[in-house]
Amino acid sequence: MEQTIVTQVPDLAARFPGWVAPDTRPNFQGYLVQVDRLVDFARKLRDELGYDYLNSLTGVDYIAENKMEVVYHASRTAGGLGLVFKVQVPRDNPVVPTLTSIYRGAELQEREAYDLLGIRFAKHPDLRRILTWEGFAGHPLRKDWKEPFFEEDTKPFKSRWPNPEPVVRSEDQNPYSDNIQYPDDFQDPEKWVFEGDEAVYKALRRQHAGESDMETDRMIINLGPQHPSTHGVFRMVALLDGETIVDLKPVVGYLHRNHEKIGERNNWLGNIPFTDRLDYVSSMSNNFGYVLAVEQLMGIKVPERAEYIRVMMAELTRIISHLIATGFLGNDLGVFFTPVLYCLEERELVLDIFEAVSGSRMMCNYYRFGGVARDLPEGTLDKVRLLVNDRLSRKIDDIDRYLTENDIVQIRTQGVGVLTAEQAIATSAGGPVLRASGVPYDIRRAFPYSIYDRLEFDVCTRNHGDCFDRYLVRLDEIRQSLRILQQVLRDIPEGPIMAGKNTYMVKVPAGEAYGRVEGPKGELGFYVVSQGKPNPYRYHVRAPSFINLTSLADMCKGQKVADTVVILGSIDIVLGEVDR
Amino acid sequence: MNGKGVIRGLGVVLQHFIDTYIVDIQARLAGRKRYYTPEGIAERSNYKARGIFTVQYPEEKLPVPEEFRYIPFLVYEEGPNGEQVQRCTSCGICAKVCPPQCIWITRTSDPVTGRPVPSPAEFIIDVDICMNCGMCAEYCPFDAIKMDHDYEIASYDRHRDNIFDIKKLSKPVSYYAQIRPTNYAREEAARQAEKEAKAAKKAGAAAAD
Repeated sequence: MEQTIVTQVPDLAARFPGWVAPDTRPNFQGYLVQVDRLVDFARKLRDELGYDYLNSLTGVDYIAENKMEVVYHASRTAGGLGLVFKVQVPRDNPVVPTLTSIYRGAELQEREAYDLLGIRFAKHPDLRRILTWEGFAGHPLRKDWKEPFFEEDTKPFKSRWPNPEPVVRSEDQNPYSDNIQYPDDFQDPEKWVFEGDEAVYKALRRQHAGESDMETDRMIINLGPQHPSTHGVFRMVALLDGETIVDLKPVVGYLHRNHEKIGERNNWLGNIPFTDRLDYVSSMSNNFGYVLAVEQLMGIKVPERAEYIRVMMAELTRIISHLIATGFLGNDLGVFFTPVLYCLEERELVLDIFEAVSGSRMMCNYYRFGGVARDLPEGTLDKVRLLVNDRLSRKIDDIDRYLTENDIVQIRTQGVGVLTAEQAIATSAGGPVLRASGVPYDIRRAFPYSIYDRLEFDVCTRNHGDCFDRYLVRLDEIRQSLRILQQVLRDIPEGPIMAGKNTYMVKVPAGEAYGRVEGPKGELGFYVVSQGKPNPYRYHVRAPSFINLTSLADMCKGQKVADTVVILGSIDIVLGEVDR
Repeated sequence: MNGKGVIRGLGVVLQHFIDTYIVDIQARLAGRKRYYTPEGIAERSNYKARGIFTVQYPEEKLPVPEEFRYIPFLVYEEGPNGEQVQRCTSCGICAKVCPPQCIWITRTSDPVTGRPVPSPAEFIIDVDICMNCGMCAEYCPFDAIKMDHDYEIASYDRHRDNIFDIKKLSKPVSYYAQIRPTNYAREEAARQAEKEAKAAKKAGAAAAD
């Protein structure tokens, strides 16, 4: 295979003597950076070496070494290998300088690391909790944190077999009937004053103090959607000047369940069905990213047929996810339910295939380490072929004809929510949001995985970066997915679907891995650290819809209140993934 | 920007609307029943479907594919006198592999020696916790736990009704063979082959002696 765009990562230890040192732990990559040099290092990385895109930022609690580590994954949108760098700080006083001045995409991710791990980011513009509630006691991803009704550190729990205890529910074990620990100074829920809202409002006002030269009163309002059938339960706090949005902050976490903590307790295999629940409209892609990360550590080669099946399922998933995005954008525009139902009709047919193959329509749980759970039932390929060749392309044209030329759709979306290419890169936007701004960055091409390097497809881009272009990019991508599917259906070989035996005793060698796929919403990354145990030591999800929200404020600034609904619809968030 | 796009879009909607009638009338003229029959449901949910797409649940139900999975059940063989012989050996693999840990198993022990007997004394699944992932069925080495097709388990009291014990979970092999014929045939063939291989080995060993 000829690699043209992939260049070498320069030897950073030689280039920045004294600042960085290679990470020498076995099976670890990248560089360890001195904490006091981090900001300068990152600036040089971006300005001199072209690493303009921060893919992922997360923390790891190494309790045995009494250290906290922050892990950064950066890459170049122009192409080239990715780079991993880390800083280590003492565990009892973890303070790391913020990188928001260089990569604005770090903003929400640093807040998340602060919230879940207690790492403080010095000079962060708005360091508040983001996923848990304001009164939460402790930082749940720290290894010594335990909830009140605590069973064991890792599964399987001993209380199940061979001498089980009576079936107990955690909610019955706590007087407040939920498994929550309250802070020490928390006295009475009835008398508790909720300060979280005030903090958001204050942060907004502080950041824009003294901007207005006229004596106009700026107003703060809360915007929904607050219903699970829309995009999920989500809140935007907007600072308004008249009807124009000056700034906006997303408030998330209403569906938070600490997926990562659950993941660190599960054994490796048990995480696969949990990844289904992240972005619940594209569960196959989620499985894909996770198994890729673990397979990197295990070093297994997946059989050819399994690779084709995986890509086929991932592309079908992309189609249904984009169909939902398109349909619900219509909903947000007030084209109430006609486009959604047209889109859901096609989705239903794809889900029938998922159901026949994996046993479930939405929570597929189909990928396994080294392959897929079971072979395609007889006749599946014919079904997919008929669907792809005879129906979907026609129906996409139908939706295109129905919506694209529609004057109201055009007026409401063209020029609304513009995100420039520079902003999109700086805020680490991913997927259709990034590509609609004219940046041809697609993980399937930038970091080819599975068999994507031998498939023909275009990375779709549009140049205006507005809501209309994001909608068009999705339609383009559906067409490209159909193109990929045709190639897959043509070339899919017979053969085994699993490397080795499908066993539940998965041995994962110690080390770290970052597996990424181009999910329908953007780069879906899984950062896993193994210590050779049956469960992951660290399991982090780089959730595309969460990080895409970083650019929400940029898109909304200067727009009217009614436009925020459309802008949010055009980003296409799924709260299962945002809140994790 | 003169409203042409809107009108063209409405044309698409109108087309859909008219289609529903045309397809129904065509079906009636051809003598096909499009509603409340399995053929009708199949016609409305295949890749050529036009017109009405929805299914009138619960009067109509979509057929579930063989791999469909919903809540595990325990497979038992019927003994000669109609007694239930559990395939389960209470080895605990399902309880270990279960991602949300919803399976509680008690092993039977011999009343005389106190040694464990390979059969479950109690087998409990909290179906509120179960996430229908099917891992237990996938990794059970004895084909003793399988995923069911019956998805209508709503009840009034979750504390009483949603904890399934061994009585509620047990279903005969014939039921399993009926809902998953292909899987059943494959497993039976594998078991038969194993048995034959074992017999051949035994015969070989006997011949060697």
